[in-house]
Parts: sequence; structure tokens; C-alpha cells
Amino acid sequence: MGIIKARKLVHEYIRRDEEGNVEAIQTALDQVDLDVEQGEFIAILGHNGSGKSTLAKHINAILELEEGSLWVDGYDVSDDTNIWNVRQSAGMVFQNPDNQIIASVVEEDVGFGPENIGVPTDEIWQRVENSLRSVGMLKYRAHSPNKLSGGQKQRVAIAGVLAMQPKCIVLDEPTAMLDPNGRKEVLKAVHELNREKGVTILLITHYMEEVTGADRVYVMDRGRVVMQGTPREVFSKVEELKKLRLDVPQITLLAHELRQEGLAIPQGVLTQEELTEAIEQICRSF
Amino acid sequence: MSIILDKVNYVYGAGTAYEAQALKNVSLKIEDGEFIGLIGHTGSGKSTLIQHLNGLIRAASGGIYYNGEDIYDRDYDMRGLRSKVGLVFQYPEHQLFETTIFEDVCFGPLNQGLSKKEAGVRAFEALNCVGIPEELYYQSPFDLSGGQKRRVAIAGVLAMKPEVLILDEPTAGLDPGGRDEILDQIAKMHREQGITVLLVSHCMEDIAKYVGRIIVMNQGEVLFDGAPEKVFEHYRELEAIGLGAPSVTNFLHGLLERGLPVNARAITVEAAKHEILEMIAERKRR
Repeated sequence: MGIIKARKLVHEYIRRDEEGNVEAIQTALDQVDLDVEQGEFIAILGHNGSGKSTLAKHINAILELEEGSLWVDGYDVSDDTNIWNVRQSAGMVFQNPDNQIIASVVEEDVGFGPENIGVPTDEIWQRVENSLRSVGMLKYRAHSPNKLSGGQKQRVAIAGVLAMQPKCIVLDEPTAMLDPNGRKEVLKAVHELNREKGVTILLITHYMEEVTGADRVYVMDRGRVVMQGTPREVFSKVEELKKLRLDVPQITLLAHELRQEGLAIPQGVLTQEELTEAIEQICRSF
Repeated sequence: MSIILDKVNYVYGAGTAYEAQALKNVSLKIEDGEFIGLIGHTGSGKSTLIQHLNGLIRAASGGIYYNGEDIYDRDYDMRGLRSKVGLVFQYPEHQLFETTIFEDVCFGPLNQGLSKKEAGVRAFEALNCVGIPEELYYQSPFDLSGGQKRRVAIAGVLAMKPEVLILDEPTAGLDPGGRDEILDQIAKMHREQGITVLLVSHCMEDIAKYVGRIIVMNQGEVLFDGAPEKVFEHYRELEAIGLGAPSVTNFLHGLLERGLPVNARAITVEAAKHEILEMIAERKRR
């Protein structure tokens, strides 16, 4: 079994009035199947309210399983006795770095998790050092988190999750509040963790450019998985994505439009290099 | 009508260990009816600058003139200025507080001293302008989606009928569909009502698509100021300060470096497509 396996996952948000009568039911997850192998880099796309965050919160057992089944690292999430194991296997990083940092010194913040689960002191320091090094923040270990930039804070938050030695990290729009530099820093750190440490990554994002480096992409709409495949497969469906209130990266869009004009350009171009090559080839053919 | 900034300086924490000069000798003129993009990485002074424009922050030295009047004059109507220059902060939906959407939007005009009836008319117009359907008017603003909440918050500022609208990253955290809706509506208001717009954004692609002039801030100073095509010619310098040009512009410069004679001034997908087709047609002719 892969690290994450979901079958027919359903989640409903129910709003009740003062007497407890049901006012409205919103189906946030509707029969979701998900299969993730250890070491994969998965991106999840979808418009606001499509169910991405609800799915993420199930993987970390923040939301209680209502219907369907979910296994994380082999643990059945519906079994209450597994909750701590699930949370240790799958760490989570949220959108706003300011809501996730609690200590007044960077290294204490990163050490908070392992200390909580009773890791011996020597090992805590070892883990803190390794985690901060992995995200390129070791030299800030003695700094105060509130003097850091958004990208740096977010990397400290990732280090905090990393210190728990999870097999999988779920990141829910980790770059939404960052400037272009901060976004690059965080993306780079996440890709390195995936490549060098084999940590499984689930990245939820609205930035299409961040998706091109993923192994596979899931696209969600109204609680359902409506598309899945490699970034190339998904981004060749420009029109369908637009209907889902999504986009494709600008380079992919440019390639798509040129193709529509009759130029011999392959489908689902993702990078500048690919498009440059295609255009050079066309120019050489005259 | 215009806003003139004359050698504006601002220092945070003057006289303390954390003293930092946020604005250095900033001189600018904003003409009536312009659509301006303000860019710069986190900490470059953008937010400090926009808070000067409606008098929320007072310059340490230098002058600001609104329609030729010195806003630091002792008998200048600062309250009046704040209704003429509307400021939409980042994540404005955090400032929603009333029990219904309609009341929330009425709050500003009522505060300006308008009657209930007049305020209601204003709210109606503003909500209509941002595309909130009438059947939602008497619902709680907290039951809306992220993009809708954002639009209600913007309507709250519009209802005060500002002459100048300043938006600090109005699309952060929204999906591509929500982003396009908000920016299209702002562009429409600019076009139809002649309202002056100052848009702060980290997304160069959005800036390229909508604005007529770009102001680049770096370390408290204005680094570039001009037409988008002109400013993005400095793509290397922009990259050096963590910004960069739209990805299609980078791509065209890449083609140019590889010896393909393309005009690299295009900053939108549409324009880039045109330039590439032009170049290929030229090659065919030879």
C-alpha cells in the first residue's frame, strides 16, 4: 500500500440554526479516491471552496472521518488509537506563517514538536539542527521569528514539521502570502526535501507555475477529483481548466495559442526551454 | 486633479535600535484617471507609501499635495481626504463585521454622515459594481466564499465614492477565476467611472495585463517609474531585487539571446504570440 490511500471519502459541513435544526449541508468531499506512493511529489489544484483544504485536513486527522476510508502510512485513520501515529507520519504546513510559530527563538520553535512527544534532549537538538539545515535556515537558529521575512518564517514552519520526522508533508497554500522571492525559497526547500530526503509532498496551491515540477497533479472541483495525471497531461487541457476557474502557466498558454495558429508545437509545453526548442525547430525548417 | 509627493521621507522607530528608513526622498506625481501598478518585494516601502496617500502615516519630512492642497496644512480636512482616497488593505475580508452584507457596506457612507437612505443607495451601487447578486444582500458576510467576501470588503470602500482607489494585493489567496473577476471589475470601474487606481501586486503577469504605468519601489526609493513595456526592459535589474518580468517577457529575451530576431517588448501572452508569429512570417519571406 502507498503512503496515502483514500477510498470514497465524503465530508459534509452542516450548518445548524439555534435549535439545532439543519439549515444547510455543503458537501466538501464527494467520493474522493487518492493514491500516493512514498516519495512522490503531488500537487492539488482547485478553485476556492473545491475541497482541497478539507482533504488536507483529513490526511492529518484534524477532521474526523465521516464516510469512506483513509489509510496514512498504513494506519487506518478511522481508528482513534492511530491518531498520534497518523499525525506523526503526515505533518502539515498552513498558509499563514504567523499562525504557526509559537516560540520567541527560531530553534525553540523547531524543537517544540519533538519535545512534546518526549524525544531525549540530545536528539531534539540534533533534529533541530538537521531540520533547520534542510530548509537553509540554520544561521537564523538564534533569531527571533518575528524579525524574519515571510518566506523565512514559512521555512521555519516547515523545519518545525520536519523535526517530527514525518514521511509525508501536506502544505496548504504555503506561498499564498509570500512575495516572489519568498515563494521561490519555499518551493526550493520543499523540492529539496522531496529529492534528497525522499519526503512525500502534497502541495496545495493556486499558482500554476508551482505545479510544473510535481510528479502528478490532482484537480478538484465541488469536492470531486475531476482530473489527474502528470503536469503535462493536465496542462494540455487548457479549456477545461479555465472552466474550472483555473489557469495554465503563461508559457503553456502561449504555446497553446501558437499551436492554435497552426504552428508545429507539441501539446502541454511546460517550460521556457521546451518552447524555445520548438520555435527554433520551426525556424530551422525554412 | 492629482496627488504630488515631494521628497517624502519616513522612518520607523526613530531613535530606537530598530530605526529603519522606510521611504527615502520619494517624489511622485499621480495624475487623475491613471491605472498604476506598484511593485516591490516585502519591506521595499510599498505599504508605507500607500498609507501616506490618505494621511494614515505622516511623513517625517517632505510634502504631499492632493489637488494642489497641502494635506499637512493645519486646517486641511484630513477626514475628507480619507473618503476621497479609499484604501483596501490586504485581506480586507478580515475587517467585515456586520450581521448582513448590506449593513457592512453601509457602514462607511453612514460614517461619512449620509442619511440611511443615501447610504443604502450607495451600498446598492457598490455591491452591484463588484458583482454581488441581490439575493445575498441580507445574508451574513461570513457565509460567503473567500472571493465573495473580498468583493464585499472592496464594495465597502467603493460605497464611500473615493476618487482614488488603492488596493494592497487584492487577489492574494484567490483562485485564478476569482483573481480575474476582481481585477476585471476594477478595470471596468477605472474605464467607466474614471476612478484613479493604484494596484499593489506581487504578480507581474497581472500588472502587465491591466496597468498603464508601473512604479517600482526598492529599499524605500523609487527605482523605476514608467510605461510597463519600458519598466520590464529592466528585467535583469528587477530580478536582482527579487521581482522579474512576466514569464513571457523572459521567454522572448531568451529567444533573442539564442539569435532569433524577435521583438522582446511584449509583456502579455497575446502580444508575445503576435511577436513570435511576426518573426516566423518574416523568416518565411526570406
